[in-house]
Amino acid sequence: MTVSSVPPGLILIVGALLLPLTVGAVRSAVLLALPLIALAVLWQVPDGPALTIAFLGTELVPVQGTTLGRLFGTVFLIMAFAGGLFAMGQKRNTELVAAYVYAGSAVSVTQAGDLLTILVFWEVMAVASGLVIWSAGTKAAYRAAMRYMMVHLLGGVLLMAGIAGYVVETGSLAFVAMQPESVATWLILIGFLVNAGAPPLSSWLPDAYPETSYSGMVFLSAFTTKTAVYVLLVGFAGSQVLIYFGLYMIFYGIIYALLENDMRRILAYSIINQVGFMVVGIGIGTEMALNGAASHAFAHIIYKALLLMSAGSVLHMTGKRKCTDLGGLFQSMPLTATFGIIGALSISAFPLTSGFISKSMISQAAFDEHLAFAWFLLTAASAGVFLHAGIKFPWFVFFQKDSGLRPPDPPGHMRLAMLFFAVLCIGLGVFPGPLYKLLPFAVEFVPYTVPHVVNMLQLLLFSGLAFFLLLPLMKRTLTISLDTDWVYRRLGQRIAEAVLTQGGALYLGFRQAAVRRVGQAIGLVFRVTGPESVFARTWHTGNAIMAVTAVLAVVLALFFF
Amino acid sequence: MNDDKNKPWLVRRRTIRLLWWVGGLVLAAITVGDLGAHGYTGFVIDGSFAFYSWFGLASCVAMVLFAKGLGAFLKRSDDYYDG
Repeated sequence: MTVSSVPPGLILIVGALLLPLTVGAVRSAVLLALPLIALAVLWQVPDGPALTIAFLGTELVPVQGTTLGRLFGTVFLIMAFAGGLFAMGQKRNTELVAAYVYAGSAVSVTQAGDLLTILVFWEVMAVASGLVIWSAGTKAAYRAAMRYMMVHLLGGVLLMAGIAGYVVETGSLAFVAMQPESVATWLILIGFLVNAGAPPLSSWLPDAYPETSYSGMVFLSAFTTKTAVYVLLVGFAGSQVLIYFGLYMIFYGIIYALLENDMRRILAYSIINQVGFMVVGIGIGTEMALNGAASHAFAHIIYKALLLMSAGSVLHMTGKRKCTDLGGLFQSMPLTATFGIIGALSISAFPLTSGFISKSMISQAAFDEHLAFAWFLLTAASAGVFLHAGIKFPWFVFFQKDSGLRPPDPPGHMRLAMLFFAVLCIGLGVFPGPLYKLLPFAVEFVPYTVPHVVNMLQLLLFSGLAFFLLLPLMKRTLTISLDTDWVYRRLGQRIAEAVLTQGGALYLGFRQAAVRRVGQAIGLVFRVTGPESVFARTWHTGNAIMAVTAVLAVVLALFFF
Repeated sequence: MNDDKNKPWLVRRRTIRLLWWVGGLVLAAITVGDLGAHGYTGFVIDGSFAFYSWFGLASCVAMVLFAKGLGAFLKRSDDYYDG
């Protein structure tokens, strides 16, 4: 076994289990070193299968070098590194171990060449990410983690059923491009889409992620949805149905984020919105669109983590997460505010930030393919992103009103993690070249043309104007918005409660009535045929003659008429 | 406006008024800039004057109003699920 055949994800998973044995500086060093070692190993993996294992008569490929796998694996490990730096002060070992196992499994999915390996790490991701939520230690987090696991294990079951069907159909476990045209491939697609946050189950994401600790959501924002984007890119590029799923997700994210009061839930909705852009790109399926989706995933992981680090810092220092409780924090947390604003500008695709050089490719692809409806909706949505995340998040958290809170900026390692990602956001925006080189296809896209920059600035600045003009309509209220999870959180609960409270009485009543009726029936039969009954008696001859006479009289009467 | 002096510069009334003026000028400039920097167009109305300005503003207003309308049906007190 050479270095190139060591699964890079496994380094993170096995290494994470050592974390509880370490303390202090050693623990910090292990946290930072693991992703870097894994990254070094990942870049040693040559193109094509690097590790194969014979298993039950088939061949598994746990490590396979591909352009796309390398791109996603790289950004996952950069993310794990920055997340580890940010979470260094996190005292709960459970969270960090779970987060690293989770990250390692996500990396493993990107390196896998067969469906069974993907399924295994898919499930490990579900359990590990559930543990990250759980480890926040509150009752709300416990319950949210349970709901989260239910959804993801359901997705896993669908995926497994799909894979089983796929193997029967094709006789192969290899993970290659497919089309949703049989039950099996549809099940695989649905399994992937559950993790992407697609409808109708989108609500698992804003339900569960904001319940994590200040550092937990930084990890969660990166891996589950973007692993789904990766497998969709490999498996279902060009499947048109994804355009519609994606467009729905884009506007779902915007509309719900506009209604939301919890700062981290606003950012959770905007994850679905951003993944929607990627899913649309995958659905369009041209080289430009796929490059756009892949680079947008890369850029998104970084600016979204930056936004959540900023929000996590606020939560860590104030203990508050509702916009109605926050405001005016720029005075005492200038660095956190600045980093948050850089993340907000990046997600809005402002020129000179990472979003600008990635998202534009998806719109351009829609334009090139003459998909007018998609192009207009994507353009409107780009304005909407600035509205719901680009301005709304920093405005309500750092400006708005003076909440009277004066917390300082967070500890040094958290500031450093934010600085690292802020530099990357701007660095990628100014020098997109290195990222473009990692993309699956040659990039023939020039982001910085005068019309493109001017048009984007027009779009964004005027949506900014709309925000401030409509500010009275955006007044935050102490509310949540109902979503499809109402079905299993409220309707299901009510049905279960009804069964428990009314069901017993109903059952007893039914049972009593049934027993009574059966008793009556037996009594009737006994009266008619029992030893004392009419049929059991001997009849007098006179009675018999009387009966025959009566019958003859009836026959005569009938004959007469 | 004595208490205004105690506030940070950024949130004083004068500053906010100034920001509105500067913002307005920037918006006007970038819209006029449309004349000199017209990109490729393909879908009829995206070639209209200052398309991105009015389309951005209009779609944002539409989204906010739609969200507001939807909120009337979907909003619940934030302890709705705690009971």
